[in-house]
Amino acid sequence: MSADSTALGADRTSGLAGRFANWNVAIIAVTVVVLIVAAATVQNFGTSQNFGFLVLDLLPIALVALPMTLVIVTGEIDLSVASALGLSSAVMGYLWNSNQPIETIIPLCLLLGAVLGAVNGFFVTVLGLPSLAVTIGTLALYRGLAFVVLGDSAVADFPALYTDWVTGSIGGTSIPNVLIIIVALAAVFGVTLHATPIGRAVFAVGASEQAARFAGVRPGRLKFWLYVVSGLVAGLAGVLWTLRYSSARADNGAGLELAVVAAVLLGGVSIFGGKGALPGVIAGVLLLASLQNALRLSDVSNEALNVVTGVLLIVSVLAPNLANAVRGSLQRRRHRTDSTPRPERRH
Amino acid sequence: MSFRISRRFAVPLSAVAVVSLALTACGGGTTKESTANQATAAPTGSSSAAADPNAPLKEGLKIAYLPKQLNNPYTDVEVGGGKVAVEEIKGEYKLVGPNDASASSQVSYINTLIQQQQDVIVVAANDPNAVCPSLNQARKADIKVVTFDSDAAKTCRDAFINQATTQGIGESLVKMASELAGGSGEIAILSATPNATNQNSWIAVMKTELAKPENAKLKLVKIAYGNDDDQKSFTEAQGLLQSYPNLKVIVSPTTVGIAAASRYVSASSYKGKVAITGLGLPNQMRQYVKDGTVKKFALWDPADIGYLAAYAGAALKSGQITGAQGEKFKAGKLGEYTVGADGEIVLGPPTEFTAANIDQFDF
Repeated sequence: MSADSTALGADRTSGLAGRFANWNVAIIAVTVVVLIVAAATVQNFGTSQNFGFLVLDLLPIALVALPMTLVIVTGEIDLSVASALGLSSAVMGYLWNSNQPIETIIPLCLLLGAVLGAVNGFFVTVLGLPSLAVTIGTLALYRGLAFVVLGDSAVADFPALYTDWVTGSIGGTSIPNVLIIIVALAAVFGVTLHATPIGRAVFAVGASEQAARFAGVRPGRLKFWLYVVSGLVAGLAGVLWTLRYSSARADNGAGLELAVVAAVLLGGVSIFGGKGALPGVIAGVLLLASLQNALRLSDVSNEALNVVTGVLLIVSVLAPNLANAVRGSLQRRRHRTDSTPRPERRH
Repeated sequence: MSFRISRRFAVPLSAVAVVSLALTACGGGTTKESTANQATAAPTGSSSAAADPNAPLKEGLKIAYLPKQLNNPYTDVEVGGGKVAVEEIKGEYKLVGPNDASASSQVSYINTLIQQQQDVIVVAANDPNAVCPSLNQARKADIKVVTFDSDAAKTCRDAFINQATTQGIGESLVKMASELAGGSGEIAILSATPNATNQNSWIAVMKTELAKPENAKLKLVKIAYGNDDDQKSFTEAQGLLQSYPNLKVIVSPTTVGIAAASRYVSASSYKGKVAITGLGLPNQMRQYVKDGTVKKFALWDPADIGYLAAYAGAALKSGQITGAQGEKFKAGKLGEYTVGADGEIVLGPPTEFTAANIDQFDF
């Protein structure tokens, strides 16, 4: 453990703190600017009611993006999250229809999510299959199962106590109740990633699995549990989605995985693993959601919304690479003048 | 190490568990039955004021259309009719909508329309319940909600434009068949799938109509099923004509069936001897009407649905109606309408298309 933390510590100060703190600061700054500009120029954007709508819209993306960040930092991916969300929703509707108490259904749906995540984890870590292929497979599988469970029908009559809580806000304020869940989970994941040995292990595995193993981390076990948590949160997102729309459907959340991955990458997490920070991801989620909200309020068409999202995503992947290239060429120039040997860097 | 890792995972795990427990702790054993037993006081119409049939129609009303999805040819015709009506009443027309017909994406649009303080939202619900909370939020903000095509739950809209009642369609189909058969003879039905709900309810009405004395000479010899598949419908039409040489009319209440049957008859020796009618799209049927295979068929005019929805919304917002049964309002060129039970406004009998009028329709 000591060996890995010193190795990582060195890497952090030069690579992470240097380079990625920059991207994090940049994305947070861009988000703040967008929020201010939108509030100033877009009519009705800055209202408290719109804030509530905005939070509800980004709720599922924000929740699922948290474990997704950890998964992507280890160099893997989980594309099955939206289907797990849909299956959780479908099962919730099915159990509700068979007259189970909702107090039992909700933990069951969370458990189901964890099991779905464990299936991914099993294939990726025990059988050693590539996570992209595995989770594309379970993306189809879980969505298919959701349709087996509920078919084309929708279950709607969930108790108002619960649906009102999800769509409601705290006391007399306009702060949505669900913001509590987002903030609480973001805090848990943020602390786990940035201030615990687990977080250091996650970065270590993403930077170099072999080095991490030498440092005493068991990458397989770590990834397995990350998939379990990813599934669990997807299950929770399915429950909240169902309650928010008062509608359990097999097609709930279809396509959400792309929005989540987009937000995570926009937040500065490297798709190759090893780099990223949670504040950036939160900013990424908020940036995408508020841009969409503001553009919709300005009557920008849906096609244009997609174009904006796409361009943002490409910029987010391009910008760090460009910065890297520029820094690389600067460094080479320095080498030529210094003629000192270049310190070895791994990425 | 391994144990430590899994124990540390207990932190996020237990955090989630705590959240779920917090949710769970809210009540003791809420089941579908226990909630159903509670008398659900449905929030009825947001407007408590009584209707004033003589209230003038307000000008400058902001009327927004939110169809199931954009870029659908049928929907385009519907909202096109809406645009005409909104211009007639000097309102502001707006069209928004998702590209996917998903339930949740409509909610974001409804929220946006609330923020924009529209006066009327005309919506075709992708999920009758998922849009409900936001529609009710809109109504709280004094926005009138009119549904078309696909109704939302009754408790969250002010009026529903029903394109045609099951009764109206069934009656209209028998009326056309009787006219084409000259009042007597054998007729057959070419339906979609054996378990298609709308088809079967129309056929049930047709049977009731055929049992009436004035239709006693019409004989329904066969109901064939083309499964809304072009090839299968074509073969079924062929089979009907071979099995029943005295057949006078094939009634196909499905756009796929009527087109396939017409295609077969137009190229066969039965052309001019056997009549085809039913529910079809003018653009698909135009050539068969022009070449004489088809004398008449019917469908509601989608443009009229959007048109009527605009007038209904404007009448609601101006206080002419509140959505209660029996209230009357005027809808421009379509004339006067009466609100039915549960806020339903029926467009009327389907429009009949013949060689004389088919060129006026493009959908």
